[in-house]
Amino acid sequence: MPKIRPERLTMPVQDPKERRRNFREVALGFTPELAREEAERCIQCKNPFCEDGCPVHVPIREFIDLLQRDDPQGALAAILRTNALPAVCGRVCPQEDQCEKLCVLAKRYQPVAIGRLERYVADLARDAGRAVAPRRPRGPRVAVVGGGPAGLTAAGTLAGFGYRVTLFEALHTVGGVLMYGIPEFRLPKDIVRAEVEGIQALGVEIRTDAVVGQSPTVDELLEEGYEAVFLGTGAGLPRFLHIPGENLDGVYSANEFLTRVNLMGAWRFPEWDTPVRVGRRVAVIGAGNTAMDAVRTALRVGAEEAMIVYRRSPAEMTARHEEYEHAVEEGVQFRFLTNPQRILDDGEGRVRGLEVLTMELGEPDRSGRCRPVPVAGSEHVLAVDTVILALGTSPNPVVSRSLEGLEVAEWGGIRTDEHGATSRLRVYAGGDAVTGAATVILAMGAGKRAAQAIHRDLAQRGEAVGG
Amino acid sequence: MFKILHKRLLTGVTKLFVVEAPLVARRAQPGQFLIVRVREPGERIPLTIADYDRSAGTVTIVVQEVGKTTRLLGALEEGEAILDVVGPLGRPAELPETGRVVLVGGGFGVAPLLPKARALKERGVHVTSVIGARNADLVILEEELGARSDRMLVATDDGSRGRKGLVTDVLRDLLDAGEVVDEVIAIGPMIMMQAVAEATRPAGIRTLVSVNPIMVDGTGMCGACRVTVGGQTRFACVDGPIFDGHAVDFAEAIRRGRMYRAEEQEALRVWEAAGCPR
Ligand SMILES: Cc1cc2nc3c(=O)[nH]c(=O)nc-3n(C[C@H](O)[C@H](O)[C@H](O)COP(=O)(O)OP(=O)(O)OC[C@H]3O[C@@H](n4cnc5c(N)ncnc54)[C@H](O)[C@@H]3O)c2cc1C
Ligand SMILES: Cc1cc2nc3c(=O)[nH]c(=O)nc-3n(C[C@H](O)[C@H](O)[C@H](O)COP(=O)(O)OP(=O)(O)OC[C@H]3O[C@@H](n4cnc5c(N)ncnc54)[C@H](O)[C@@H]3O)c2cc1C
Ligand code: SF4
Ligand code: SF4
Ligand code: FES
Repeated sequence: MPKIRPERLTMPVQDPKERRRNFREVALGFTPELAREEAERCIQCKNPFCEDGCPVHVPIREFIDLLQRDDPQGALAAILRTNALPAVCGRVCPQEDQCEKLCVLAKRYQPVAIGRLERYVADLARDAGRAVAPRRPRGPRVAVVGGGPAGLTAAGTLAGFGYRVTLFEALHTVGGVLMYGIPEFRLPKDIVRAEVEGIQALGVEIRTDAVVGQSPTVDELLEEGYEAVFLGTGAGLPRFLHIPGENLDGVYSANEFLTRVNLMGAWRFPEWDTPVRVGRRVAVIGAGNTAMDAVRTALRVGAEEAMIVYRRSPAEMTARHEEYEHAVEEGVQFRFLTNPQRILDDGEGRVRGLEVLTMELGEPDRSGRCRPVPVAGSEHVLAVDTVILALGTSPNPVVSRSLEGLEVAEWGGIRTDEHGATSRLRVYAGGDAVTGAATVILAMGAGKRAAQAIHRDLAQRGEAVGG
Repeated sequence: MFKILHKRLLTGVTKLFVVEAPLVARRAQPGQFLIVRVREPGERIPLTIADYDRSAGTVTIVVQEVGKTTRLLGALEEGEAILDVVGPLGRPAELPETGRVVLVGGGFGVAPLLPKARALKERGVHVTSVIGARNADLVILEEELGARSDRMLVATDDGSRGRKGLVTDVLRDLLDAGEVVDEVIAIGPMIMMQAVAEATRPAGIRTLVSVNPIMVDGTGMCGACRVTVGGQTRFACVDGPIFDGHAVDFAEAIRRGRMYRAEEQEALRVWEAAGCPR
């Protein structure tokens, strides 16, 4: 057996100095040579632990084997058996905590770059045109609410079983966070569109501009003959800090800022109609993926300086490490252990600064984590003119408050059993709407499990496809 | 695509459309609104549901042209279609069951009073409608609203129709004359609703207003529409758009509504320079 190359191959990226001002994708993807060489690093374990780390159990060993044999089409077919959005997952999965974390190579070397290979396979196939003959399922009807990763996966899986699926989406475009949240430079929207087309080709009918709960309601859908309803409505409700000055001009939720730029194309204003205003100095409060996306977007729409303000230390940051590194390379500043107190008014209702307090790590609490405590007298003002709040989101109550008998946790999450069944007969749920803000692949896994549960439950009632 | 079945010019810049939108019409109630996108790659703008016909599956909107998007919409003709129409959004108005109500409308705000007046009349509530405009040519829907009201009062800035003055002057006249008013519902520009709320505050008359902040999604996802009501942050698109006028922080709401003034003018200038392409 040839010696294993200890380091994974690096993926070419756009020069940080260039990319901090454009919206083109940061990571450029493997060339065939790089992909080939990286695939060779996989030792084809008898017991591929990597697959246990993947929430949807992509047949990782098999697809890499096919790559080693120079059969990317075969590799794609293998991936698509369990993952309908490989070009998305290959880009945005937190692989370092999932599949790659459990790769045997990780014990001594760097793990196989599974995500990058998955992306390579999906991109190659898309460029070659994925000609799927459109299908027309004839089975019973099922409604899916929400066109994010959870809803798309549930819809695709159900259509695959042969159900006639209608997917209802509140916005004018499906994709959920993939369209309105994650920026173009990290996940090009054409890729999301192509993956959505793949799901439509399975026979899923998509109805945009439909806010379920307002019109139609879930009860109406059930009365109209949908045998089951899946709720994949996400966790889109932004949190605010409730500190003084939050309603000044120049204060955005990350959701508003990213939606204006990504979904509404404000970076192309005035050719596109929706504006966004970002000043010269921008502070983003928070340190998750959303905060990284907002701060890097701020640079790209013209901010001279952009910084992260976070009350904890780097160790508690929830953003993917790669995103953090990319942000550093692009010149984003980081102010850790810095707690916002209030946003200051310039006298005309616009932001003039952010007053913060320095924190230090105190004694470890019972969980062993050091809690940040304020340093007395450390108030100071960061001179910024835009503040973006990336403090997390919670499930949107529009559907749940319209549906009687649906059990919802105090914090807003829809309650389900482990298969996705809710307290209401024929109503299932999954993704961020159930777990709170999580990840794309977990939402997909939930969508798939619920689709299987729907199929099984309908079969038990003799209402399933072919039943 | 949502087809325009009927179009009517109310004034040079105010246009009424009847649009085919069965999903919206099915559940629309007085006080709710919808969001439209006229074209790709257009802005999402909120418009009040001025009327609806459930059996025909249509909704009526009245649009006042104030900028690029409302002008693009105003330029559409019968038989053409609006790219996106989504709704009904927001919470329905909680209308009183009995008593005497004054409806106050300014600008496009006259139109959304129509379904409210109809619903109130059906309950036997006594309805006085007060509408205003700069001059007689800009007064809209006087006849339609008059037909659904017990009394119809008009004010114009120049006195060319009805009383000379503002709608709030008419309202004050009524209150000064000792008229019994149980509730006031005001719809129109923020500044007008603020003045109405101030006029009714001393007498403590319950006053509902329909705020119109800048919106993006209209489903509670972005917080652009947040307004301070009774010291608390509320999202107009899901918690409103109707709030207690005495509790709304109008100064803040008016300021936030102007946030994009420079960009809006820029968009209009670039668009006009290009010959207003559709
Ligand atoms: C900025 C940002 C960056 C992120 N980065 C990453 C990352 O790098 N990697 C990762 O794995 N995860 C990331 N995440 C998290 C990930 O995107 C989410 O966990 C995932 O999208 C959840 O999928 P979902 O289908 O449950 O919900 P969503 O993607 O939120 O989709 C829900 C959909 O339902 C629609 N909807 C809501 N209510 C209704 C209704 N009443 N009627 C009809 N439709 C409705 C919404 O409009 C939306 O389209 C990120 C999230 C954000 C916000
Ligand atoms: C709940 C609600 C109901 C409304 N009902 C009606 C109606 O029935 N008829 C009608 O003519 N108008 C209505 N409006 C106002 C209408 O949405 C704005 O006039 C429209 O968005 C202006 O867009 P524009 O591009 O033509 O003008 P712009 O030049 O972009 O803006 C002109 C002014 O409109 C406001 N505005 C701009 N963008 C938005 C936006 N995305 N959302 C809300 N306001 C904005 C701003 O205050 C701005 O100063 C309503 C607004 C709300 C929030
Ligand atoms: S879907 Fe995500 S977790 Fe699964 S193999 Fe692909 S990158 Fe890894
Ligand atoms: S664990 Fe790593 S080396 Fe083993 S099959 Fe999976 S990717 Fe290949
Ligand atoms: S318009 Fe986005 S939350 Fe109300």
